[in-house]
Amino acid sequence: MTAAAPPERTPPGPLQPLGRPAPGPAADEGLARRLRALACTAPLHDLDVRKANLAGEYSTYSMAEVALAAIDAITLAMDFDTGADHERVVGRLLPRVAAQAPGRPTAEHERVARWVLDNLINVGSVDRGFRAVYGTFGPEGAYVRRDYDFKLIEEVPGPGGGVWLRTTDEAVNVLVGALDTDVTSAQIAAEVKLDVLIARGRLADAQLAAEQARYRTVQYAETLRRTLESTRRDVRAVDWLHAVPDMIDEALAHIADRYRHENAILTNIRRARDEATATGHKLRAAELVDIVKDCIRRHTQLQSRLLEAGPLFRAEQDRQAFRPPAARAGTDLYGQLLAPLLTQPVERAVRVTDAWFARATGPRPPGAVRLTDLTELLLTPPVPREHLGAELPEPDLVATPDDSRFTEEQLTAALDLLRLPEDAPRRLSGLLADARRRDPELPHLVALLAVHAASPAVGTAYRQGEPRLLFAVDDGAQLTDDPDIGGADLVVGTALLDAAGMAAERTEGTA
Amino acid sequence: MTDTQRPPAAPATPADAADAARLVSFGLQPKISPARDAEYGGLLRRYQEEPPFARLADAVAAGLGLVVLEVSPRAGMAVAAAEDSVFAVRMGEYARRAATETADRFLHGLAHLAVAALAFPRPADLADDGYIGRVTVAGVEAFVRQACHRLAERAAAQGENTDPATDAPGLEAAWRVWSRRTATGATKDARRLAGSTTGIIGKAVAFLADAGFLQRTGDDAGGTYRTTARYQLQVRELAASSAMAELLALGVVPVGDGSGSLVPPTDDDALGLVPDAGLPFHG
Repeated sequence: MTAAAPPERTPPGPLQPLGRPAPGPAADEGLARRLRALACTAPLHDLDVRKANLAGEYSTYSMAEVALAAIDAITLAMDFDTGADHERVVGRLLPRVAAQAPGRPTAEHERVARWVLDNLINVGSVDRGFRAVYGTFGPEGAYVRRDYDFKLIEEVPGPGGGVWLRTTDEAVNVLVGALDTDVTSAQIAAEVKLDVLIARGRLADAQLAAEQARYRTVQYAETLRRTLESTRRDVRAVDWLHAVPDMIDEALAHIADRYRHENAILTNIRRARDEATATGHKLRAAELVDIVKDCIRRHTQLQSRLLEAGPLFRAEQDRQAFRPPAARAGTDLYGQLLAPLLTQPVERAVRVTDAWFARATGPRPPGAVRLTDLTELLLTPPVPREHLGAELPEPDLVATPDDSRFTEEQLTAALDLLRLPEDAPRRLSGLLADARRRDPELPHLVALLAVHAASPAVGTAYRQGEPRLLFAVDDGAQLTDDPDIGGADLVVGTALLDAAGMAAERTEGTA
Repeated sequence: MTDTQRPPAAPATPADAADAARLVSFGLQPKISPARDAEYGGLLRRYQEEPPFARLADAVAAGLGLVVLEVSPRAGMAVAAAEDSVFAVRMGEYARRAATETADRFLHGLAHLAVAALAFPRPADLADDGYIGRVTVAGVEAFVRQACHRLAERAAAQGENTDPATDAPGLEAAWRVWSRRTATGATKDARRLAGSTTGIIGKAVAFLADAGFLQRTGDDAGGTYRTTARYQLQVRELAASSAMAELLALGVVPVGDGSGSLVPPTDDDALGLVPDAGLPFHG
């Protein structure tokens, strides 16, 4: 397939026969993979682009940084059978958000953290995921646009009916990359590296390695969790004679090994911590101790889960295994219906699910409405709800004095003055003189309105469907003879907004 | 049931017709058990002992657009809605979004199918009258998600690009629709997110429980349920065959040897801690 690529790069004058119009699928596949990887980062970039749309001044916040911190926090909080709690993740983000804009109120920090988290989940969409479109060449050389759907943070049901957050593989790959390797060997490598680094006293590197080791530990626990969950669901699904005991033994041996290893590292770091003289070294070593302790805690947790698995399997086996074989064979609902169905295009599959739905739901007696019942129903007062919550206290309202600089009449007069015909713009100086004749206070307001019109909100006016818009342009002339107000003698005029034209050339609306 | 020895019975009286209709109406209330309701039990015995009465009750049911699946003390008067019957449940009435969105329509139907597939995992379970299946909402969700995950892995292993063409969303593989949909989601009022797969399954099991097909036994794992005899009958006698016929019409011929496809993994698969080892799906 790659042999066809070089002639493709130099197109000769006459058209080539359409045998190989594009690089083969193999070359394209790599491209598609990279496009998808690129797409995974898009939501993070998008956050910083879209923060301008938030009502308020949020440009000081670095949203992508908060987002990465959120993915970090969730990945670390992912436990054996739970994910991260929504509120706690927000709590973990607050210090970072607060550090980005120390002067802002805490409520705003919390709003930013929630906004980032909601956008990473993509709360607005029904799938709660993201979609990127990219193009590939098919085997026949046809160019096909495809949808790539992915999630960064997914919401999973937790024990007790709660909703937990877990980071997806895509997110973990975006976060640390290259985690897509054999877990066991990668972990051994990381620990050997850690040992060496500590021995040489390079604690900064050691901390990085230890943190990576912890990510791997989390990923490892996640793999085991999924394994156990699926085996727990159906006893027949697993080979109880060989595979499961082997797997448990293997995992226990692995844990024992890691436990020894990490305890050794712990001893080493403790010594490094106590012997270190520089404050930075001491602090790093102390952090390392925490990280390794966390690793050990996770291993212990994993171990207890593994020990519980045995009795559970036996109980399930007792429940399910000793039942007499049935006389006749039924339909294999999974193998003959569900599994083949899932491979079909949704357009065709929906016919099968429709047929199932029509026949697998019981008869439902239709309601027969009698007018007398309906009248009674409509006249019945609603049943008072029992749980209405605490009674609201009567708000204590204090009338605030009206301390506006200008009155409503003055505003009306000023706006009246500025209602200029669209083909006759005027100088600010003339408007100020007119205003002064009406009311000595009015020029100030007119000047303010004119300055405000120097940068009109065209987009907003367009969205709100306003037909006309006040604008002001500075052509260099100065206000010279005004007693109160100085600065540029603006040219003030009215622009008519053309809805159809605006749609096409939105950006040129100020001209 | 053929009873030719009996002398020609007296023609059915209006009272007999009323009794037959009463029996059918009991059949339409699946939550009432003949063991607990003396009148129901009496009518049931009459159905089994008096063939003319049985024929009368069958005729009443047929006239109403109902199919009699079984009449027994275990299942009661098990009736199902015939196609286009007034008793049939329509997808558009069941879920509003399903009326317009193909994906939602598919997800709701698949949820019902998955509940049955997990409730009766082996072919023998469906055939065995004494079998009681147990399902949980979270279990069904994980079951389908893993089946989809496995298909995704298989597609990836074969180097297939499963991302659908933008201008032909209907050609998207069915499993992708499920794996794309969020499993659950936080809502402002702490209820289930209706559009999530957990919400869709929750709606399906609640609906089935309401129809007397499932019985709620607990709140663990999103709600635990056990199957009733009527559900087994309905799945075995009607749903499986009609869905299978539809699948055959699509040109898919699933071959089964009656042993079931949820089997233990081979040793090769189970060696080492590969991701998703021990899945209930092989083959």
